[in-house]
Amino acid sequence: MLSRVADNLYWMARYLERAEHTSRVVEVQMNLMLDQTSLTVEQRWERILACLGQQADAQAAEVFSPVAMLLADTSCAGSIVSCITMARENARQVRQQISSEMWEQVNRLYHDTRRVGAGERRDLQPGEFLPSVERGLHLFQGVTDSTMSHGEGWQFIQIGRNLERVMATAKLLDVHFAELLAPGVADKALLEWIGLLKCCTGFEAYCRYYTADVRAENVAEFLILNDEFPHSIRFAVDQLQTALNRLPDSDGRRAPVLRVVGRLRASLSFAAIDEMMSSGIHHHLERIETQCRDIHREIHQAYIDYPVETALPV
Amino acid sequence: MFRNYQLDDAYDEMFARPGEVRSHYAALHQQLNELPADEFRRRKQAADLSFLHQGITFTVYGREEGIEKIFPHDLLPRIIRQNEWSQLERGLAQRIIALNLFLKDLYHDQKILRDGVVPREMIYTCKHFRRQMLGLNVPRDVYITVVGTDLIRHPDGRFLVLEDNLRVPSGVSYMLTSRTVMKRIFPELFQQCGVRPIEDYPQALLQTLRALAPQDRREPTIVLLTPGVYNSAYFEHTFLARQMGIDLVEGRDLVVNDNVLYMRTTAGLRRVDVIYRRIDDDFIDPLAFRPDSMLGVPGLFNAYRAGNVTLANALGNGIADDKAVYAYVPKIIKYYLDQDPVLDNVETYLCGDASERDYVLENLDELVVKAVGESGGYGMLIGPHSTAEQREEFRKQILADPRNYIAQPTLQLSKAPCFFDGAIEPRHIDLRPYVLYDGSNVTLIPGGLTRVALRKGSLVVNSSQGGGSKDTWVLND
Repeated sequence: MLSRVADNLYWMARYLERAEHTSRVVEVQMNLMLDQTSLTVEQRWERILACLGQQADAQAAEVFSPVAMLLADTSCAGSIVSCITMARENARQVRQQISSEMWEQVNRLYHDTRRVGAGERRDLQPGEFLPSVERGLHLFQGVTDSTMSHGEGWQFIQIGRNLERVMATAKLLDVHFAELLAPGVADKALLEWIGLLKCCTGFEAYCRYYTADVRAENVAEFLILNDEFPHSIRFAVDQLQTALNRLPDSDGRRAPVLRVVGRLRASLSFAAIDEMMSSGIHHHLERIETQCRDIHREIHQAYIDYPVETALPV
Repeated sequence: MFRNYQLDDAYDEMFARPGEVRSHYAALHQQLNELPADEFRRRKQAADLSFLHQGITFTVYGREEGIEKIFPHDLLPRIIRQNEWSQLERGLAQRIIALNLFLKDLYHDQKILRDGVVPREMIYTCKHFRRQMLGLNVPRDVYITVVGTDLIRHPDGRFLVLEDNLRVPSGVSYMLTSRTVMKRIFPELFQQCGVRPIEDYPQALLQTLRALAPQDRREPTIVLLTPGVYNSAYFEHTFLARQMGIDLVEGRDLVVNDNVLYMRTTAGLRRVDVIYRRIDDDFIDPLAFRPDSMLGVPGLFNAYRAGNVTLANALGNGIADDKAVYAYVPKIIKYYLDQDPVLDNVETYLCGDASERDYVLENLDELVVKAVGESGGYGMLIGPHSTAEQREEFRKQILADPRNYIAQPTLQLSKAPCFFDGAIEPRHIDLRPYVLYDGSNVTLIPGGLTRVALRKGSLVVNSSQGGGSKDTWVLND
């Protein structure tokens, strides 16, 4: 497969995962705003932006409300509309590699979100817009899995999606734990813990494991170490490793990639949540993010941007 | 539906005279009278939406917003009888073979110039003549692999050749996708009419490209080279690559090492044998041609010259579809094949010739003037539709560079019925069939792109100038 194509597929998947994550976080948190909680609306927006790794742009804030910015502002790189546009740009460059059904779905999603984005700000209905985006993205995943060959290109899509998911989830947990584990807060924060689980589509799944008894350690264990739930960090890293294992390995180019991902995988497989909590969860989450960046860099060096001299056929 | 349908001097594809429908259009005519206008509108919207969702769009240059537009598409098919088609088939095969011999001769012995059939200075003054190609042997002597010939129908019913596109002809994807959409929208008509299929074009193209691989390469790797996502025909490039199952590459994916061409893959470098290139000559290799090209591959021309990679179409073909050289094509056919042309040319005046130039300058208001190197409907004056200022402008340009201009009589292109919001009206059309050549066989897919001048009275069918397309049906009668 062409290196550029692999790169495009990888980024297409990352942008779509980012759009989905952003959509869900905004939806859940806006829902929490409707309830009487200890956070003001402004504080909550600050938290949302922190979870998404976004800077509050003072200039943009004058023109757009934060919600309009995250949903529909084309000049904000992290907005849903920008993510979908970028994903479609990447898909457009590899149109002959993805199935027509995939292209039609991402193209349709693009036209739909652009249309909403181009409308009047006051007409923006997050309550309708966000679920429709998530539905469209889920449909894309289903279409991808059932119409594209599960060959190399598909593996690069899995890699992009899961790497993005690990990084975004780590960031989300980091921000939440810093706030909610502060002394005296944890017990009053039931709604917030439920909100966190919902941001990862995990509330129902959590209840099946631990019942509706929501505790900080259990939430942390579920979202970091569970090996069956698709949005937990451990699960996504497993998927990432599986996909990397299936990439071509001519002249040993895969070894450095497998080394970094194996290290991350091992640290999660043998971890215990009480040790992580007592030794400072922030430190662990930060380390996961760093390792993800290493994985990204190694993939790029091995498959996308290698020097010509090292890769001539014998 | 036909209330506003006016016949005039132009040949009408559907009506022989008012009220009398040509027999091969009878089924369509009947259907049009039976279906209510609302139903047509509904089908038209379904078709447009289907084009948008599939991303069947082209790019209009020079606009910031909404640069991607769907290709305007008319619902009513253009229908051609089998016996007319066989004549086109013979004519186009004859033309591609003769022009291919012409190119080989020009870049080798130049007999035709020595014999004075085509003036030498006409060749050397053409900006598409590539000195670099002199003496270079191309696989199986095939210069023209794909040609899209523009044909028009004269008021007397004859098909005439208006233009040969021998460099990177485009539009074939619209022919294929509009057929898919039409089948979904008019299944009844297909059953009644007996339309010949065109869906095997990608296979035919792939086979042709395979036949042209360098000789020692048994399992050749074939790629399609695109200028990239911002090119106006990018949709077509992706479409063809996918249909043929070959990689779509950009210049930055390719690298030349020791006169061998490779592409960068996730498993290291992989050798490339045949390029179906959709980049102009000028941009293909910054070392051999335009040094500022960012689209090409440095060193590609040397790999080509060394015979390690095939380019289709070959470089330097522009000399044979130059609009001034066009006037000599009948003589070229006679010279190489000793046959009379099956398809006639449109009468053409060369401004490079003093007496013809005088005639052109005196009759600017009646003629169509074209710059020889331009395409896409640019650099053109349509006399009867022009203003005095425009004519003055062209007069100056012609006098400044006479070799660069030709003129032709303003022809009434034939008209075909088109659907406009509830009514059917005639519009001018042309026809671009696609011909493939691998050195021994000429393949003509029974169909083509029928382009429509959607603006009332307009004679310009180019998509960049407000033209649209129609599905083209060749019947099996």
